[in-house]
Amino acid sequence: MTAVQTLPVADQPAPPSVLRRGLPGAVAVVVLVVLAAAPLFLAPFATTTLTRIVVFGLFAVSLDLLVGVTGLPSLGHAGYFGAGAYAAGWVSINVTAEAPIPLLVGALMGAVAAALTGWITVRTGGVFFLMLTLAIGETLTQLANSWESLTGGANGLTGVPSVRIGGAPLVNAGFLYWYVLVVALLGFVVVWLVARSPWGAALRGIRDNEPRMRALGYPTALYKYAVFVLAGGVAGVAGSLLVAQARLVTPADLGFLTSSFALLAVVIGGAGSLWGAVLGAAVVVLVRETLGPSLDGHGPLVLGVVFVVVVYLLPRGAAGLRWSRRRST
Amino acid sequence: MLVSVLNGFAIGFLLFILAVGLSLVFGMMDVLNLAHGALFVGGAYLAAAFAGSWGGFLAALGIATAAGLAAGALLSLMTEPLRSRSHLDQALLTLGVAFVVAESLIIVFGDDPLSVPAPPGLDGSVSVLGVTYPAYRLLLIGIGAVLAVVVHLVVERTRVGALVRATVADREMVSTLGVDNRLVKVVVFAVGSALATTAGVLGGPIYGARPGLDATVLILALVVVVIGGLGSVRGALLGALIIGQVDTLGRVLLPELASFVLFAALALVLVLRPQGILGGMGVRAR
Repeated sequence: MTAVQTLPVADQPAPPSVLRRGLPGAVAVVVLVVLAAAPLFLAPFATTTLTRIVVFGLFAVSLDLLVGVTGLPSLGHAGYFGAGAYAAGWVSINVTAEAPIPLLVGALMGAVAAALTGWITVRTGGVFFLMLTLAIGETLTQLANSWESLTGGANGLTGVPSVRIGGAPLVNAGFLYWYVLVVALLGFVVVWLVARSPWGAALRGIRDNEPRMRALGYPTALYKYAVFVLAGGVAGVAGSLLVAQARLVTPADLGFLTSSFALLAVVIGGAGSLWGAVLGAAVVVLVRETLGPSLDGHGPLVLGVVFVVVVYLLPRGAAGLRWSRRRST
Repeated sequence: MLVSVLNGFAIGFLLFILAVGLSLVFGMMDVLNLAHGALFVGGAYLAAAFAGSWGGFLAALGIATAAGLAAGALLSLMTEPLRSRSHLDQALLTLGVAFVVAESLIIVFGDDPLSVPAPPGLDGSVSVLGVTYPAYRLLLIGIGAVLAVVVHLVVERTRVGALVRATVADREMVSTLGVDNRLVKVVVFAVGSALATTAGVLGGPIYGARPGLDATVLILALVVVVIGGLGSVRGALLGALIIGQVDTLGRVLLPELASFVLFAALALVLVLRPQGILGGMGVRAR
């Protein structure tokens, strides 16, 4: 991911005008208003699909923090997503489903799982990282399959109660959507702030030239480890949103397919562009949920073709189409 | 105990046949072929479709070899335009291909797991040092050992093998000497893929053919390659035999944690020897 992404700084156009700088902000506000108002004029089924898109979008954004910002291509990120989902589901069943608790437990679980496995993955880079994360994700999947007393085995964790806020369960699809949207926005803002911070700049430096960053005195291994744990935590939050929406977790949620779909979302959107990852997630969920049934559940076939086409035709994803001038978030 | 060790050898040699192709393609061409597991499953479904008689089994082997050669050559051509792009793009391309292949197999053969009978005469058991053991697995150990020797001799003792090793060591230098890199790549890719589909047919009576098997065997092959060292035939053999033993022993002793035993072995090797047990010098430097 290194050589492709570095654009010479000198080629960038003159500083954007006030209009140009204000435009993305205005677009963001409009998008937010539309997203917030969506359940008021959408059918419940469409609201549920939108909820899934938001959940998957947050998951894809957390992956983009690794793939796009830091240059660590992970094929096992669903392991932390699923770990968070299982933890949140287990707590909801056995302890309490009161609002912040499942979220916090999911975030903690995702971060802990990433911390336990990350020390070994960040020792490597590039394709080795890809292989290792793949192996870790699959290991977690098999654990979820075999540890039946805790995870329900191949059937998954069923009968998860609705999330409660102040004692009232969120049964209505619209309220649930607003809950998911607010949490996902918070998660998005955290990732966005990290990507904009000096730490995020250092991570992009690691992506572009790690030996040079090390030579400059940056503790690159520590930075990579920290961002891996943070991405795992955000994925865990997304996992707890997943269980709040689906009220069910299965080993497939940790698996290779889920990880690949998230990576596909990041690649479609353009690695490194956080809003692109959300857009990519929307495409992936829509293809899987609306096109899948009409193809007898063979959505992965279409997504495989999309993968091949995107790699050939959109080397920098949708985000690279118009604004090829910038590489930052 | 003896049964477990023999099982470990059977799985180990099967993994070697699968992983050596992956290892050479990555070591030589820098292409991580994530469609390797899908090729294996393609072979397994061929075995499921034809097996039952010796003629059917051999036909499945023949078709799988031919299909593997063609698929490998095709994959090689597909990755050619991405040559100047990052490793990740090539890995993503083959991942997309893997989805398409695996889903197409499900469309053709259905969702249900298919079992593959061993060829007649080998479906029984024989007595080995006092314990009964499936005859087919003994044959598999034999075939695997023979193939390992053949691959070793070809890579280490022939002109073509010297070219392959030279390409692993320094690709630019080989092309400077007037060798067409692309041809070497197509041939190695084709042979490696044919080995994967052959392994699928041979492994059919053990693993069966089912959706999701592609990811399982892909992980096993990747672990073997990482442990043994990329681009090394002996490394792939050593890694495959180790993983074969570790995996079967783990399943016998700690059935719940078998997958963790595998991961622990991987972590141990990566901490002690990041380039793999028999990994060459040049591989890590990329």
